[in-house]
Amino acid sequence: MATHNTAFPRELEDEAIYILREVAAQFEKPVLLFSGGKDSITLVRLAQKAFYPARIPFPLLHVDTGHNFEETIRFRDELVEELGLELIVRYVQDSIDQQKVVEETGKYASRNVLQTVTLLDAIEEFGFDACIGGARRDEEKARAKERIFSVRNDFGQWDAKKQRPELFDMLNGRISMGENVRVFPISNWTELDVWNYIREEQLAIPSIYYSHERETFERDGQILPYSNFMLVSDDEPVSTRMVRFRTVGDMTCTAAVESTAVAIEDIIAEILSATVSERGARIDDKRSEAAMEKRKQAGYF
Amino acid sequence: MDVLKIATAGSVDDGKSTLIGRLLFETNSITTDKLEAIMASSKKKGLDYIDLSLLTDGLIAEREQGITIDVAHIYFSTPMRKFIIADTPGHFEYTRNMVTGASNANVSMILVDARNGVVEQTFRHFYISCLLRIPNVVVCVNKMDLVDYDQKSFEETKAAFMAFAEKVRFPGQEISFIPVSSLYGENLVRQSELMPWYQEAPLLSLLEAIPLEQHLSEEPSRFPVQYVVRPKSEEFHDYRAYAGKVASGLLRKGERVVVLPSGQETTIARIEKFGREIEAAQAKESVSVLLQDDVDISRGDMIVPLSQLPRQSRQLEATICWMDKKPLRAGSTYLLQHGVNVAKAKVSTLSNLIDVVTLDNNTQVSELKLNEIADVQLKTAKEFFYDAFADNRANGSFILIDEQTNSTVGVGLIR
Ligand SMILES: Nc1nc2c(ncn2[C@@H]2O[C@H](COP(=O)(O)OP(=O)(O)O)[C@@H](O)[C@H]2O)c(=O)[nH]1
Ligand SMILES: [Mg+2]
Repeated sequence: MATHNTAFPRELEDEAIYILREVAAQFEKPVLLFSGGKDSITLVRLAQKAFYPARIPFPLLHVDTGHNFEETIRFRDELVEELGLELIVRYVQDSIDQQKVVEETGKYASRNVLQTVTLLDAIEEFGFDACIGGARRDEEKARAKERIFSVRNDFGQWDAKKQRPELFDMLNGRISMGENVRVFPISNWTELDVWNYIREEQLAIPSIYYSHERETFERDGQILPYSNFMLVSDDEPVSTRMVRFRTVGDMTCTAAVESTAVAIEDIIAEILSATVSERGARIDDKRSEAAMEKRKQAGYF
Repeated sequence: MDVLKIATAGSVDDGKSTLIGRLLFETNSITTDKLEAIMASSKKKGLDYIDLSLLTDGLIAEREQGITIDVAHIYFSTPMRKFIIADTPGHFEYTRNMVTGASNANVSMILVDARNGVVEQTFRHFYISCLLRIPNVVVCVNKMDLVDYDQKSFEETKAAFMAFAEKVRFPGQEISFIPVSSLYGENLVRQSELMPWYQEAPLLSLLEAIPLEQHLSEEPSRFPVQYVVRPKSEEFHDYRAYAGKVASGLLRKGERVVVLPSGQETTIARIEKFGREIEAAQAKESVSVLLQDDVDISRGDMIVPLSQLPRQSRQLEATICWMDKKPLRAGSTYLLQHGVNVAKAKVSTLSNLIDVVTLDNNTQVSELKLNEIADVQLKTAKEFFYDAFADNRANGSFILIDEQTNSTVGVGLIR
């Protein structure tokens, strides 16, 4: 949360580009984890800049839960087309069909946890040694502890107590067979930095970030998007509201905020006056106090 | 918009995490959902106040034990600037995490418990701040509420700190002192009324006024080549650029330069940022450089001005801070990473193990254990291009990597 706006600090862009170039130089098979959200859109722009006029030297990987917002998928395909990127998609549905994971049931069922298995399988299938992600340290308290190059063992697990020292700007990407590194180029950016960057760079974003009419219902004090993917009970009336989303996750775990924002400037103004954090609208974080750390231990990004 | 990077330091329980939490709280940087979450955890722990240290102690183990184990990075901003605070652990056994947090800092914020005054860890952390040449040190004498906001306690701590500091500080290093109570927010954002004897600005104003390092652009320019950009496309058929981040100094278009190690001379033909031409690039800027002549350059090479060459050698003398459980011994071989340049290195001699509290030097050193600091001589498999750390922070440091575990096991500051 911030109380006033500021220009985007350009040194954050220089740092991120430096990190992306280190990835391309130090690893054999990097991949950029692309969710279609604002953070991964920012990463794509940074990667374009880092290697220009050459192509981005790694593919994008989208782990599709099957519960995405349609708008995000459409946006993803348009971006890939426009920039001539290579996109790999792997489906949580396939992991379910192969009985590697079991679909959750009940009111709070979500595929958010399941996608870790699909991700780890994709890493193994392609032999990815570095996965670039758009996680930021300001998002969440376990993420605040992350290194820029975060080593994961051959089960994809994060061991918070055994992190490598990371000194000055020197990045050590050496790993053994089977291990991989999660790389976070925008570690030091805040939500506001990302929006200011999107504004300054005039980047396109999926329409669900802007205010739109949507069928919604209330649960636990939050406004949720109505979809076929969720069980809605009779005492949760569905109604049409003007809303937007602050993060793009699964439809089952991303809450909406009431909003009239139609332009980036409006979004920035809303964030400045918001009293709830961005992940405050993520139901996946609310499962327990240490939900994020536990998911990261299991191989989540 | 500039960014000030701060690292906390000081012994366990001196109040580092609480101070950061309070600073965020007082600058309205905590959202209600995060505040509610820590209120709930405080209650669960049976506390009758909000434990703001829970904001930064984000790991399960940290919350269980009530201590900081690894660095947390915290962000907030005021209309003046953006702040990045690395909250570091105070325990001796986690010193390497403290060094990680401090290595990028412009400011070292050292906390001292007013009741105990300076303790061993205060000395150790100040010593490390000097070793890393952090230009600004702010000593917060904390928990003033527990000594009745007494000026004498503050002055005594200050005197004891300075007696030690005078022996290890480097010329130009700024040291300031401020009496605070993190728990009650005294002298953090607003001037405390409980300490009328202290008339200077509160902590936040002090942090807003700290000048950022200007000298980076006055240093000789160093451009380590990170990545060679060769599009091989129709449109950019013959394009070849050297991408990297300027380590120090100012890189100018038209300048005569030397490429190391080949020693070939050429001229900077063009400097680009995402295809846009710029006249000069400053320290920390990520750019692409195009040269006048066809020179053979690969990752790890360095472009430097003809008039200001770095040192070039296969022998390095450095002060090492060791970060691994397995001790360093003379005769061992590691990978040495200097910026983006890597080669094998063998430790030839080990000397001057320093006791950072008494400042005694032990010249007979057989091994360097976790968190110890000593001088080493290294022989490297290829030539490195470097400056002394004291003259050039960016081009004067390296890390050592254990080839068996791939872990970063030490940091070296070149003498
Ligand atoms: N009375 C008092 N207690 C404080 C103050 N600052 C911190 N503490 C307490 O000291 C303990 C250690 O604080 P913490 O922030 O975890 O210290 P750290 O180990 O340096 O991060 C906690 O119980 C705090 O509530 C202060 O200014 N006054
Ligand atoms: Mg602490």
